[in-house]
Amino acid sequence: MAHTEWKDAPGLPDFSLLKRLARDQLIFLLEQLPGKKDLFIDADLMSPLDRIANVTILKFCLYTSSLKYTYFLFFFCRLCFLIRPRIQTVKWISDLVNADKVAGRFRRYKIIFTPQKFYACETVLEEQGVYGDVTTDEWNFYILPLDDDILSLELPEFFRDNFLEGDQRWVTTAGSALRLLQSVYGSFSKVYGIGRCAKMVYESWRELMEDGEQRTRQPEFAKVFLVDRDVDFVTPLCSQVVYEGLVDDLFRIKCGSVEFGPDVTSSDKSIKVMLNSQDKVFSEIRNEHFSNVFGFLSQKAKNLQTAYDKRRGMDIQQMKAFVADELKGLKQEHRLLSLHIGASESMMKKKTKQDFQELLKTEHSLLEGFEIRECITYIEEHINRQVSMIDSLRLLCLLSITENGLLSKDYRSLKAQYLQSYGIEHLLTFANLRQLGLLEEQQAGETLTVMESKVGKLVNDKTVGKLTDAFSSLAKKSNFRALSKRLALVPKSGEEYDLRVPRDMAYVFSGAYIPLSCKLIEQVLERDGWTGMEEVTRMLNGQEFAVTGGSSSSEARSKTDAQRIVLVMFLGGCTFSEISALRFLGKERGTYYVKQME
Amino acid sequence: AHLDLKKIELYEMGWNLKDGLRECLVAAAPYGGPIALLKGHYRRSPSARPQLEIYSSSGLPLASFPWKSGVVKQLGWTVSDDLLCVQEDGTVLVYDLWGGFKRHFSMGNEVSQSQVLETKIFHSPYGTGVAILTGALRFTLATNIDDIKLRRLPEVPGLQEAPSCWAVLTQDRQSKVLVANGSQLFILDNTACTPVTPPGLSPQASSIVHMCVSFSYKYLALLTDSGHVWMGTSNLKEKLSEVDTKIKTPPKQMAWCRRPKSQQPSAVVMWDGLLIVVGECKETIQYHLDDDSVLVPELDGVRIISGTHHELLQEVPGACEEIFKIASMAPGALLLEAHKEYEKESQKADEYLREIKEQSLLSEAVRQCVEAAGHEHEPETQKTLLRAASFGKCFLSNFPPEQFVSMCRDLRVLNAVRDYTVGIPLTHTQFKQMTVQVLIDRLVYRKLYPLAIEVCRYLKTPEYQGVSRVLKHWACYKVQQKEESDEVIAKAVSVKLADAAGISYSEIATKAYESGRTELAIKLLEFEPRSGEQVPLLLKMKKSPLALSKAIESGDTDLVYTVVMYLKNELNRGDFFMMLRNQPVALSLYKQFCKHQEQDTLKDLFNQDDDHEELGNFYVKASYKDQRLEARVALLQSAVDEYYKAKNDFSAKTTEDEMRLLRFQRKLEEEKGEQLVGFSLHDTMTTLLSVGLHKHAEQLYKDFRVPDKRFWWLKLKALAEKEDWEELEKFGKTKKSPVGYLPFVEVCIKHHNKYEAKKYVSKVTPEQKVKAHLAVGDMEGAAEAAIERRNESEISTVLSRCSATTDHLLMERLNRAKATAVKK
Repeated sequence: MAHTEWKDAPGLPDFSLLKRLARDQLIFLLEQLPGKKDLFIDADLMSPLDRIANVTILKFCLYTSSLKYTYFLFFFCRLCFLIRPRIQTVKWISDLVNADKVAGRFRRYKIIFTPQKFYACETVLEEQGVYGDVTTDEWNFYILPLDDDILSLELPEFFRDNFLEGDQRWVTTAGSALRLLQSVYGSFSKVYGIGRCAKMVYESWRELMEDGEQRTRQPEFAKVFLVDRDVDFVTPLCSQVVYEGLVDDLFRIKCGSVEFGPDVTSSDKSIKVMLNSQDKVFSEIRNEHFSNVFGFLSQKAKNLQTAYDKRRGMDIQQMKAFVADELKGLKQEHRLLSLHIGASESMMKKKTKQDFQELLKTEHSLLEGFEIRECITYIEEHINRQVSMIDSLRLLCLLSITENGLLSKDYRSLKAQYLQSYGIEHLLTFANLRQLGLLEEQQAGETLTVMESKVGKLVNDKTVGKLTDAFSSLAKKSNFRALSKRLALVPKSGEEYDLRVPRDMAYVFSGAYIPLSCKLIEQVLERDGWTGMEEVTRMLNGQEFAVTGGSSSSEARSKTDAQRIVLVMFLGGCTFSEISALRFLGKERGTYYVKQME
Repeated sequence: AHLDLKKIELYEMGWNLKDGLRECLVAAAPYGGPIALLKGHYRRSPSARPQLEIYSSSGLPLASFPWKSGVVKQLGWTVSDDLLCVQEDGTVLVYDLWGGFKRHFSMGNEVSQSQVLETKIFHSPYGTGVAILTGALRFTLATNIDDIKLRRLPEVPGLQEAPSCWAVLTQDRQSKVLVANGSQLFILDNTACTPVTPPGLSPQASSIVHMCVSFSYKYLALLTDSGHVWMGTSNLKEKLSEVDTKIKTPPKQMAWCRRPKSQQPSAVVMWDGLLIVVGECKETIQYHLDDDSVLVPELDGVRIISGTHHELLQEVPGACEEIFKIASMAPGALLLEAHKEYEKESQKADEYLREIKEQSLLSEAVRQCVEAAGHEHEPETQKTLLRAASFGKCFLSNFPPEQFVSMCRDLRVLNAVRDYTVGIPLTHTQFKQMTVQVLIDRLVYRKLYPLAIEVCRYLKTPEYQGVSRVLKHWACYKVQQKEESDEVIAKAVSVKLADAAGISYSEIATKAYESGRTELAIKLLEFEPRSGEQVPLLLKMKKSPLALSKAIESGDTDLVYTVVMYLKNELNRGDFFMMLRNQPVALSLYKQFCKHQEQDTLKDLFNQDDDHEELGNFYVKASYKDQRLEARVALLQSAVDEYYKAKNDFSAKTTEDEMRLLRFQRKLEEEKGEQLVGFSLHDTMTTLLSVGLHKHAEQLYKDFRVPDKRFWWLKLKALAEKEDWEELEKFGKTKKSPVGYLPFVEVCIKHHNKYEAKKYVSKVTPEQKVKAHLAVGDMEGAAEAAIERRNESEISTVLSRCSATTDHLLMERLNRAKATAVKK
């Protein structure tokens, strides 16, 4: 991990406190309904719950079950539901209560909403006529620490609700989460942010702070950076090539753990593995570019063998000590190593194939803006051959964003192709993507960028810069090409990029692209604000802000270790590539970043 | 055990009562609270209405009005300075300090039927309570008048007429009644009536005629018909003393006079013109009273209010006694003496000081002086004592200053509120017990806002609890002033409250609304920074559009939902939709809700907005939820119509295609028995090809204008899957492949048929030749092709695939070719 390698890097705050707070509150809430009870837990709360509490604390509920919409056997006359505040779930519970009423059964019901109760849910209870029959409570479980340096709100619906449906109900949740952090770890000296949602979160947080009392303790975070996911859609659309990112793409990391299938474990069982800094092997390779991983692993295997080999030529005493002290550690390491080797093998199988190379090549061309025609042809073929539903869409979106919308002709033909491949229900998918601005058709007046890219090929670099500026001020949408130029997101091609010794954050995408979000963070922290970046923020639709923390005493405070810890909050989720990039940035600057995602 | 008492005159009363307190029903609130008089109460002539008057402790009038309601049995004050008037029928009327009617409540049917015989108003940690003895000789109790829970206590056995006396006790977190029926004593609690006997009560007594409980409910005093006063703990476990007053007539009033932590008990008994204080010793102390008086028990003494004077009777505090006792040698007394000499510039000062210091009692002396100052009412005496303390402090290092400093502050505040114009005669002990918070409240109730703010600032009370709170009360009062215009008030309020922290404008606005000033309320709400507070009141005032926009401004979706749901029930559907239409955030929230709860409403919403695009999407979605084909097609048709209306030809056409496809799939399903319905076009064709229905697949290919490339890919894959190599070859020859021939090679290799694959290698375009050769594992062919094309990267690719052992020669050739290619 970065902070062990880099002596100067500050220690991180102890996030286990957050777990303890959440656990204590949950126990308290459950005890409010005394006696044994059936406890139902929303399916997607199971993993987070697993991370903070184990079954022993739930032992006073004899029967615990994950909530699925099926028939249940009930053991007790007290039912307790631990759910996310979703209308559907609440409706399901109402139906259950009503069914009990019809059958003349008397039971006590308690719904615990987490992280908070929504008025709409209560309205449903009221409309279904069961408001008086159930008691409700809130479990303020806002933040789950996933790792030493990753916190998560665990709200998968945040993105959809906020950016697609225009439902801002999670804004207050994010605000409350910040407030929680602030009350536990002290106030922040500076807050930066970009994006509409970020601004709203900040407002909501500030309002909450005004209500509560001010704490004047030594803060453990210096700065907070809030960034909307829709500021940078490009990064999540690119295929990930760092180890952790690949594991996520292939096996889905859920709540900090992953389930490796039989092809990885080389047995007939699946194994669930926690992926965090506790895993010695993983922590060393998680941020590495995939091409380095295998070499590293084999070196590791050799070391392990040497360690095992030490046994030979030991006398009884030494052997005893070896077994007592080292063997267990070695065994553990052995197990993990074989798992990760298995995982990277199956990655190799899938990812070194021609297909993947071509996919990467297309992505890089799109990012650079070369050979767009060929890319479109590739995408078309990709769709026609039904290679992958998601990957095709990903490429389409990447194309649309980098090219500032598709030409009408292309848009229609690609869309028709896609629908033929995967069915007409994707009309809705396209409608949604369009709403998000991820996949758009160029309007008649918007062909500027195409022209620009054509011009770009004809004239030299300097003029391109000027032209780009001129064009981008005409186009109203975010303009990736211009941004990329201004922030130097795409390194000059032609230069060799040694992935073993990363030069900059671009290594997370094989040296082809620096994640926009991370670049923004780097720039803003460097400048301590947005000054000098007006052009960039204008292209990102503005909404940026930088505020000095509430307490005036923060200025007088000396620069301590904690002053260098930065909390980055991605509103709407972030990718493991971005996390790796930020870790890299942290190592470079001796700063530490704590990431938070939705 | 000698009892030292002092009687201090607090005020000469400012009122002008003709007949003194005679024929008045009097109630004075503890902690130097206000005094209420019901004049002419005992006259009972229906023509003359009694007059209710309220005064401060110094006799300054606060309110006066004729009593128009029923017969009042008892007056009393609540902890928050509200006046309670208990009527004969059990109704309790609540007035504020200024005689404004606040509310009323009833003590229950049973009470109103059997009428009130006697009433006692008492204070406990739970608030102010009312206890009633009804005409039916039963007790009814409410412990907290702000949260009324009536309790009817059990019957007292053998009670034939009104008990000789009774009192309310608070014990074990419960309010109980102690009743004396002749010589018998009972304790009534929620469930039982328990007879009790006071230990060591003198046997001469045949009846208990009076009783009183101490301020803290810890002690009890009983007066018997033999004239003995028995004093003990209120749990009746211990007797403290018994004294004979030698007076056998029943007294007018009795009260405890003991100060907290005092060594001995002391009670005051009052008859007409006579006041007797009893303590531990046999001797009693007697005072003569000129006038009709009322005793007001306090925490640390008794106040005596007469028609002309207001006095405080209390045990002399220890510190004062030590210092002021004649010829006292206590350290405090010596220090005071030393300071006096010092002021006279006499050397004796040094002698006194030395004497104290020799016994190393100087800090004790300072402490005594400070404490004594706290107990003195006369500012001059306070000053003398504090000066002495300050003088003593000079000779001490490390003496903690807090006590001295806070005493100076406290006394300054106390002197200010004791002032005649304010009239709150608090002692220091009482002040500490009641806390600054409550004192500020009391000042606020009396509308002494500037003084309250002054006190807050002076005592450095946190703004949130201090100044802001006072200002809020002031504003609430201000908005009720009918004579001023909305603008003036709103301005005045905002100017004064501008920089105060933690002000809730919504509370002030609520007050304004309650006094019928909606416009003012809206103006005031503008100042409220927290939208969460604005919205409920706006809804209450029926300003729903404003409420909605405020809720949206707040960014708090719950709040928006609250308003939306309220509007939904309040408005008719059309108006409701219209309102949402102007508020996109609210609309999208409501749509979210409808998606789960009311699908039909969602449709109506889109309809109203003429959002045909969304309607189309809506139908498409609906069509996937329906299982029956006819319904699906019908829904899709609706979608088509909507898409056309939305001028979205593309979607319309696609949807039409889908309908066609569905029909086609159904037809085939019926004919061939293949599961097809619901598949995408691509999947349908794959299925058809895989079961050998080439004709039908061709038909789809033509009907739906499937691009050649796709069809070729499809067919290619399907044939290879079936390993129908012959058909594949034929297909390859039908016309020039639009996807090239590399896919042919690859697809064959994928199904491990190298032989077939080789057939197509020659057809592959030159650019892909190398790839094709490599795919079939023909190293030489690949090498040939690469060398021929002189392409460096291709040569490298081939090289990387060669193995050093078998392809030695080939590698050499390639390396040579590479070298030349690089040169070029």
